[in-house]
Amino acid sequence: MEILVCVKRVPDSAENEIEVKPGGADIKRDDLVYSVNEWDNYAVEEAIQIVDRVGGSVTVATIGNEESEEVVRREMAMGAANGLMLVDPAFEGSDGRGIAAILKAAVQKGKYDLVLTGAQADDGAAQVGGMLAAMLDWPYASLVNLIEVQENKLRIGREIEGGNQEVNEIMLPCVLSIQTGINEPRYVGIRGIRKVASLEIPVMNAEALGLDTAGLGPAGARVQRLDYFVPPAGAGAEMLEGSTDEITAKLIDLLKAKGGLK
Amino acid sequence: MAAQVFAFILHKDGKADDTALELLAASQKIAPGAAPIAVVAGAGPAIDGVCQELAAAYPEVWKFASDALAYPNAEIIRKLLLNVLPKGCTLLLPHTTFGMDLGPGLAIKMDAAYVSDVAAVEGRDGETLKAVRQEFNGQVSTHLACDMAGGAVISVRSGCFPASDSGSASGKVVDKSAEVGELSARRRFVEVLQAEVGDVDITKEDVLVSVGRGIGDKENLPVADELAKAMGAVVSCSRPVVDAKWLEKSRQVGTSGKTVKPKVYLALGISGSFQHMGGLKGNPFIVAVNKNPKAPIFQVANVGVVADVLEFVPELTDKIKAAK
Repeated sequence: MEILVCVKRVPDSAENEIEVKPGGADIKRDDLVYSVNEWDNYAVEEAIQIVDRVGGSVTVATIGNEESEEVVRREMAMGAANGLMLVDPAFEGSDGRGIAAILKAAVQKGKYDLVLTGAQADDGAAQVGGMLAAMLDWPYASLVNLIEVQENKLRIGREIEGGNQEVNEIMLPCVLSIQTGINEPRYVGIRGIRKVASLEIPVMNAEALGLDTAGLGPAGARVQRLDYFVPPAGAGAEMLEGSTDEITAKLIDLLKAKGGLK
Repeated sequence: MAAQVFAFILHKDGKADDTALELLAASQKIAPGAAPIAVVAGAGPAIDGVCQELAAAYPEVWKFASDALAYPNAEIIRKLLLNVLPKGCTLLLPHTTFGMDLGPGLAIKMDAAYVSDVAAVEGRDGETLKAVRQEFNGQVSTHLACDMAGGAVISVRSGCFPASDSGSASGKVVDKSAEVGELSARRRFVEVLQAEVGDVDITKEDVLVSVGRGIGDKENLPVADELAKAMGAVVSCSRPVVDAKWLEKSRQVGTSGKTVKPKVYLALGISGSFQHMGGLKGNPFIVAVNKNPKAPIFQVANVGVVADVLEFVPELTDKIKAAK
């Protein structure tokens, strides 16, 4: 099975306090820790496990700039055989549809049976996988938390409300968006990354992809982000302050009053 | 003429989902003055009651009955909507696991704009909609401009557009089952497997000590266990703890886990994402302990402590034990 996994380099929102620049044009990015989007990392692990079971190879692709190479290399260190960088100034500022169009061109330049994306990334839109599938006219399923390979098709689980699992059969080729928790992504150490440090990662721009840039970038976007902002804080929590002794004493009183201590 | 507005209705066991009326409320912000049409798809007479129920709120309800629509398979529903909706229309969806499955691909096939998980609408200027969404797990919000001229698919965050009580419309139900058209798909629904029941039922507990990513490592779980024991509470958790396999799925609070209704909820190292808070009902007294003073949990908690869980919680446990 030839598998393409689409990954994105994002600020790690678990490790960072995200703050907005004055004026709201962007978030403060200077001191942020970046990493591979958490959902994408599960997708790469799943692709590697599938190939371990049934053969084939995994290609990890990203749209970005030189800085994005580190995440592709990290995912290659997990066991993906190939990397692919999609880089062009015309790609910057594309909306979800533009990103999906770039990925579609990349998929059509290869011979893939399966394309995986993370279920969502830093913007939480959860849209690129479904858009890509529709552009390719391949079937799609989102929030996938189980994949079993069968002949010409996959048996998949989708995570739905309440922690229930919706089981489907889906024909290959297809696009799946992967939910966290589907597997336990392997750890990648410095040594692993060193091993793949000298591997060549091909770079393709719009011309190499045979891509018309008309629908890309801010000019082609039908949905545009105007600004970032932090909503005015509501009353919020009563913040307990003082020494640890004072805070715990106050908290115990409150818990007693609310029936939190039995 | 303004584009027609449609709302796709989820339903189960012959009743419309709560999101049905929220979409109606959202439509009044997204397309003021439009007469939204509810779209109900399903098998057989089971959906007649749903259509009747909706006609009390929506001016018009389109009913599509077909055996192929018995389960809401997004790949089949997409075909249905492409077969029956007019070009350039606006379609509203709930941002549920079904909406996420359907929306993006449908927007491409309709050649329409797509905005997902809309939390608020700030206005409409001609064909441009100004909407609000959240990014970075709820840490910041954004304003978006969406060009709706070529049609739009908009998914709406649940709970953000409260339904109005004016269920007085005497809408008409139009049976359009004859128009469903070809509905084949390359994805087949097999079954729904119910979530496993764990060793404890967190949905029945009055006091929950809930741990999140801030607990840092599985080895630190005894910190929460000890506190729960001292309080007479039970340990629950947020999604990252389950993803990391530190606790069973049956302990997870949230839209993709359990819906709980405790009296007191201690959130330890939980950021307070929308998805997590969606599983917390019944207006509990919420205590949040988090080292990030900007964590969204402090917006919804009653009482907050900015501290490292691993330092603060053992102190609290000792004091509770001593106070007994």
